[in-house]
Amino acid sequence: MRYMLLIYGPESHYGTLDEQGMGELMAAYGRFHEEISGAPGVYQDAARLQPVATATTVRLRDGKAASTDGPFAETKEQLGGYYLIDVKDLDEAIAWAEKVPSATYGSIEIRPVWDE
Amino acid sequence: MTNEAARQAVEAVFRDDYGRIVASLIRHCEDFELAEEALQDALARALTRWPRDGVPDQPRAWVTITAKNRLIDVLRREKQRSEKYAELLPRLEEEEFEMHEYPDDRLRLIFTCCHPALNHEARVALTLNTLCGLGVSEIARAFLVRDQTLAQRLVRAKRKIREARIPYRVPPVSLLPERLPAVLAVVYLVFNEGYAASSGDELIRRDLCVEGIRLARLLAELLPDEPEVHGLLALLLLSDSRRDARSRPDGSLVLLEDQDRSLWDQDAIREGIAVLEAALRAGRPGPYQLQAAIAAVHAEAERPSETDWRQIRLLYDRLLDLHPSAVVALNRAVAVAMLEGPEAGLAAVDEAASDGELDDYVYLHSTRADFFRRLARTDEARQAYERALALVTNAAEREFLSRRLAEL
Repeated sequence: MRYMLLIYGPESHYGTLDEQGMGELMAAYGRFHEEISGAPGVYQDAARLQPVATATTVRLRDGKAASTDGPFAETKEQLGGYYLIDVKDLDEAIAWAEKVPSATYGSIEIRPVWDE
Repeated sequence: MTNEAARQAVEAVFRDDYGRIVASLIRHCEDFELAEEALQDALARALTRWPRDGVPDQPRAWVTITAKNRLIDVLRREKQRSEKYAELLPRLEEEEFEMHEYPDDRLRLIFTCCHPALNHEARVALTLNTLCGLGVSEIARAFLVRDQTLAQRLVRAKRKIREARIPYRVPPVSLLPERLPAVLAVVYLVFNEGYAASSGDELIRRDLCVEGIRLARLLAELLPDEPEVHGLLALLLLSDSRRDARSRPDGSLVLLEDQDRSLWDQDAIREGIAVLEAALRAGRPGPYQLQAAIAAVHAEAERPSETDWRQIRLLYDRLLDLHPSAVVALNRAVAVAMLEGPEAGLAAVDEAASDGELDDYVYLHSTRADFFRRLARTDEARQAYERALALVTNAAEREFLSRRLAEL
């Protein structure tokens, strides 16, 4: 069963980190990535996203496309990246989500992937 | 065989074995709705067959096998549409005709129903619906929500279990400390909803208490090494022992100190204390064991004046250490007042309420009101009763508070 771990966190958090803090976070992600890629069959894909300031939102209404700057709604936490994993059940997905370094300051939303 | 006897036999299976059968069916098909439909179908068949053919020697086995066959029929019919059904089918067909029941099927079921990925209301509703076999409208009436709201809540929860693949299992020992409290909380809530609510149908409320105790017994039987499970069972038995003394025939509330203690159910008290003592021997106290111990101290006092308040305060101190909470601190203040007088009680209440968390809590204001009343500080007592009355939702409690206010 595939699950998407959507990593949310306040982007402002990164501004509060000094060079050492940022280095520690990156190192934590490095260790997590190593662990999850080492688990047979689990890791599918992952990406880190650029800040929402770089985002563009597109909608098509009545056949007309409109692109706008930024995300749809202002929220406290922004989507910052994701992991796509393949595990047995939700408990296993939760166990991986708990290990994502951003879980300590943000939140990880687990969404089952619609499998055909 | 009369129709009546057959109907009673079907009802007995429904009442006593619903959870057990549905739990084993879910193990086979990993689908709540499918399992429930199969079981309901089997029960409906029993209702038409048993009056004609007689009640089988083993009614539960008959219903289980019939339900399993229904399940196989449905899977055969649907296998073209679902890969998963096609996978499950051979396993189900191969298994011996006599379907095995594993004692932990119901344990799996309750852990699944109380999974942290489901919200609280859904956990309670699912547990009552699947494990206790309570119908939608019964549960809706007990929780004062519309049938449709409750039905949607159940459908959504069952869909989430299926779609997000919440595992159907007893969590491994390493996860038990994290998962067990949610299960115990649901069982406590089931009982307490029946015990504390004043509105709603009296019979349904009694049912909830009975179901709560039944679930606690089941957990105690299946998880014999978890002292908090036994602590919960003891707490429910000891609370339930006072059921006949805690309200008047008109439904109004009787405070613990005013209850006719000869109405307390001595069998329930004896059992509750025995269960508690066995739990405490494990040397791993927890909130349920401590609350049960407090209930036991009350139960052991033949008259209110004989209550060992020192022991109760000590137990509240330990409860606060383990589980700091403003509500517990408020209860402790009552014990302080009994030992040292209302003035000391008031000081303890104000300390408990200092962070404002209890501002909208009825019992904060009713407790303060009572202490003011006993100190003859009438104006403050009146204010506190009025505040409590503005917050109270329970009719019996409202009546009690109004009476006290009028007596000032």
